Amino acid sequence: MTDATSHIRMQVMWNRLISVVEEQAMTLLRTAFSTSVREAGDLSAGVFDPEGRMLAQAVTGTPGHVNTMAEAVLHFIAEIGRDDMFPGDTYVTNDPWKGTGHLHDITMVSPSFLGDTLVGFFACTAHVVDVGGRGFGADGKSVYEEGIQIPIMKFAERGQVNADLIRILRANVREANQVVGDFYSLAACNDVGHQRLIQMMDEIGLETLDALGAFIFSRTRAATLDRIAAFPKGTWANELSTDGYDSPVKLACEGSIADGSVNVDFTGADGMSKHGINVPIIYTKAYACYALKCVVAPDIPSNWASLEAFTISSPTNILNAERPAPVSVRHVIGLLVPDLVLGALARALPGQVLAEGAAALWNIHMSVRPVAGAQGRRAEILMFNSGGMGARPGLDGLSATAFPSGVMTMAVEATEQTGPVVVWRKELRPDSGGDGQYRGGLGQVIEIEPLPGHEFDFSAMFDRINHPAKGRDGGLAGAAGKAALDDGTVLKPKGWQHVPAGRRLVLHLPGGGGFGDPSSRDPAERANDLAKGYVTETVK
Amino acid sequence: MTSRIRLGADIGGTFTDIALETPRGMHSAKVLTSYTAPEQAILDGIDMVLAEAGLGYGDLEIVIHGTTLAANSLIERRGARVAFVTAEGFRDVTEMRTESRFDQYDLNMVLPTPLVPREDRFTVTGRIGAQGQELAPLDEAALEALADRIAAGGFGAVAIGFIHSYMNPAHEERARAIIAAKTGLPISISSEVSPQVREFERFNTVCANAYVRPQMADYLGRLQVRLKDKGAGCPLFMIHSGGGLISVETAAEFPVRLVESGPAGGAIFAADVAERFGLEKVVSYDMGGTTAKICLIEEFAPKTARTFEVARSTRFAKGSGMPISIPVIEMIEIGAGGGSIAWVDAMGRIQTGPESAASEPGPACYQRGSLRPAITDADLVLGKIDPDNFAGGAIRLSSDAARAAILSDMGDRLNLTATPAAFGICEVVDENMANAARVHAVENGKNISDNIMVAFGGAAPLHAARLCEKLGIDLCLIPAGAGVGSAIGFLKAPFGYEALASKVTRLSVFVPAEVNALLDGLKATAEGFVRAGTDGAIRREITAYMRYFGQGWEIPVALPDCHEPTLGRTEAGASRSRPVFDPAPG
Repeated sequence: MTDATSHIRMQVMWNRLISVVEEQAMTLLRTAFSTSVREAGDLSAGVFDPEGRMLAQAVTGTPGHVNTMAEAVLHFIAEIGRDDMFPGDTYVTNDPWKGTGHLHDITMVSPSFLGDTLVGFFACTAHVVDVGGRGFGADGKSVYEEGIQIPIMKFAERGQVNADLIRILRANVREANQVVGDFYSLAACNDVGHQRLIQMMDEIGLETLDALGAFIFSRTRAATLDRIAAFPKGTWANELSTDGYDSPVKLACEGSIADGSVNVDFTGADGMSKHGINVPIIYTKAYACYALKCVVAPDIPSNWASLEAFTISSPTNILNAERPAPVSVRHVIGLLVPDLVLGALARALPGQVLAEGAAALWNIHMSVRPVAGAQGRRAEILMFNSGGMGARPGLDGLSATAFPSGVMTMAVEATEQTGPVVVWRKELRPDSGGDGQYRGGLGQVIEIEPLPGHEFDFSAMFDRINHPAKGRDGGLAGAAGKAALDDGTVLKPKGWQHVPAGRRLVLHLPGGGGFGDPSSRDPAERANDLAKGYVTETVK
Repeated sequence: MTSRIRLGADIGGTFTDIALETPRGMHSAKVLTSYTAPEQAILDGIDMVLAEAGLGYGDLEIVIHGTTLAANSLIERRGARVAFVTAEGFRDVTEMRTESRFDQYDLNMVLPTPLVPREDRFTVTGRIGAQGQELAPLDEAALEALADRIAAGGFGAVAIGFIHSYMNPAHEERARAIIAAKTGLPISISSEVSPQVREFERFNTVCANAYVRPQMADYLGRLQVRLKDKGAGCPLFMIHSGGGLISVETAAEFPVRLVESGPAGGAIFAADVAERFGLEKVVSYDMGGTTAKICLIEEFAPKTARTFEVARSTRFAKGSGMPISIPVIEMIEIGAGGGSIAWVDAMGRIQTGPESAASEPGPACYQRGSLRPAITDADLVLGKIDPDNFAGGAIRLSSDAARAAILSDMGDRLNLTATPAAFGICEVVDENMANAARVHAVENGKNISDNIMVAFGGAAPLHAARLCEKLGIDLCLIPAGAGVGSAIGFLKAPFGYEALASKVTRLSVFVPAEVNALLDGLKATAEGFVRAGTDGAIRREITAYMRYFGQGWEIPVALPDCHEPTLGRTEAGASRSRPVFDPAPG
């Protein structure tokens, strides 16, 4: 075989490997119990070499999972140890510092053996409905209050499930059947990946993935370095303020582009919070790398070599929280990291980087019950909702669209089937996109009321209420968010709060910032904004 | 059916195919599709096959027609201006979509614009709850005023979609009555077009139906008149996306059901081949000029689904099109056809499609101005195609042009000569198709290598053998008539209709009488459609979509078709005895 045709063979095997992890992810989507996985796609799946370097990941998946999982596998290898790994094993953890940043995400890793030879690992992550403790919210004072902690351990050894772990789990979580069901889904997903990999290796006659891995890494590394070489070299800083739990939190970073590497340092960010909005660095890194990759190498597949060029550093602070800090809603601050990092990159690349957006998802976890003495239903309901994305150079921002998260919203009709609430409104929010040559994406307005005879508590996980998304290059800020009851009672951006029977929770989700000088906006676009009601005449 | 002289007509993007079945054999014709008068191409084709068979229009006993016109109208955005009426608070459902980006890393992505722009979407107070109860009454006075506005607004059609209308259509029906009284416009309501839970999919489907309705109704009317003028007194039936037949009247009212009728014909064709050869597990593989379609066929019936995505705007990416919730033959379509362009990416990897050279200018070997290599060029260089006898000699191919395109665009970058580069192109496109087929099988809980392949469409036979190798499939069948497969498939379609309704219930609180009432309604609807076409015996299948409480993916479960009052209870009892979740050891 010539060198050239062996490259074609390698490339075909690379494609096959990506298809293997797609099948792996699909298995999880089809069998999961948790709504955030099956409705919203909050999951990830990937295949790794025996050293724990990610070879390929499913395109299905959200950056906070994908890039954290890439790191997590190394912890599993170190703690379990090669000598204690056997065919049929599956390992598990929800350690926020070794997994994906909070207890609700379960990560499973399974070794893949061809005969007696360890040829690789499969890993996957999903968000489960409950982990006990205080529930999904920012009110815990330490990680101990946030739920059951599962250190890196065996979920199954040689195909035999750890029954003690299942019993302890059942005793600690609110929706035991669903949570245990998701554990099995995760294990099944790795198992499908393993079977397909072994079939592929049998068919092609491979004994190891070494040559394929070398090919994938060398091609990816070369392409990534090419891209970095095209960027200006230097160091650029940025700061960003967020709502915090009850007082503002400052985030800061310094991005440096050098020959062959990009580093982001988070010195200057505020210290750890007393509330569950702290971010373990593994999650900070996931979203910092995501932002860098979007700008530097969006079309290059995510694997060990494409992530290797991006490094981060930070002293202990809110973006590098240490155990036992509470971290349950680490995603709110974590999802702002891309806006922080993109702001630094924008100084390096003027005119080329989008404006700030709503960034943090406006997740609502509702705990609904009948009012005292009334008949009715109890239910736990989780909704993912998104504000507006920042305007792009050359394009308006996307309205009500998740960024940087990759999750979907749930249908209102499905939410109302899940529990006794009525969503009276879920609609675009006019006048919320920041003005500019290109307009920021619109936020949305959501109104939720318990069904007659019911009331609910909800966990607020909102941001950009006091710190709206800033515009870029002369663009104006997007509208700030608002959380209130329909009688005017103003609510806090974070923490568990009450909605009594007969009252509506009214959420105004923030809009994205504008890009460029508003006076250069195309008059035809302005007319279109008015015709469609994206902008109303009452404003300015 | 007992008709002996039957005609199938399939309007595709490039060609209109005609198949005539007579007791003395099959005749077929291919004519270029006419976009200004699609019915003309059909009549031209019918003239050809009738002349060949020595028959006249009066001899035809049935005409079965499928068309890609509805799909094209959605893809090319050539439909009517639609007014969409919905419940207060839900004006933007079709614009907000799933609130996600279909490509994780492309910050400059553009989401598809909704079929009905925001200024044409209207809301009125009125709300139905999840159990079908009325939470807020319909504001009829506001609707009266809105109807006046719509009547004066220059609209071509109206779509109505309210939340939870699949549980209780009262508001939609009342709104239709009020608007109908003031306008002469065709009105589509979501509880009739697509009675399924999930508002984005249902609203989009009813908008799509309204959008293509005036155009399709006109076209079908013209076709009927022209056929009659020619002397054809026989009935005309349409093939729908689910693979069954419906009357022209139904098709004109629910044209969105025609969107996938052409590909459905191909799947029925493959299913018929499967039945004739007794092949119980088949994967059909249809590769044409721009795409490849793959469909699983079990026990001679193609897999069906309740929703699909049409008009994908970006690289055939999932999520970049619009969802349509109607019964449909389930298949995957990827941008891999004879005209798909091959190129080299940043990592020096060969990529193919989804950009296509289409029929104009066509692959480089057509010598009509394209200098970029397409799959057909690679097939030619590898000697899979006879350059002097392509399409019956109609197009003379140039191997030199193919070789030059491959070398200049790819060979030089990859340091390959033409033949290994052509091999690389074919390997990559075959691998892409194999991966798509494999993932599709997994989505359906099947193992692809258990199947036998039936390959048809212009390019499929050239790639079928390698595809089989990659998928571990031992047997491949390339049937006669592969070139006009869909039109032949139409002749094999059953007079079938699939009626749908949604009611979410747990088995622990299962009320048999309610479900039986629902089933009775469905039976009546389906029978009404079928009786319009045949008076033969009716075979009925009832399917419940079931899942464990808490899961999201439903599994179709066949229910017995008997009307005992205990039916529901028996079923529920049997299921209830199963634990909610039973972790198997290991």
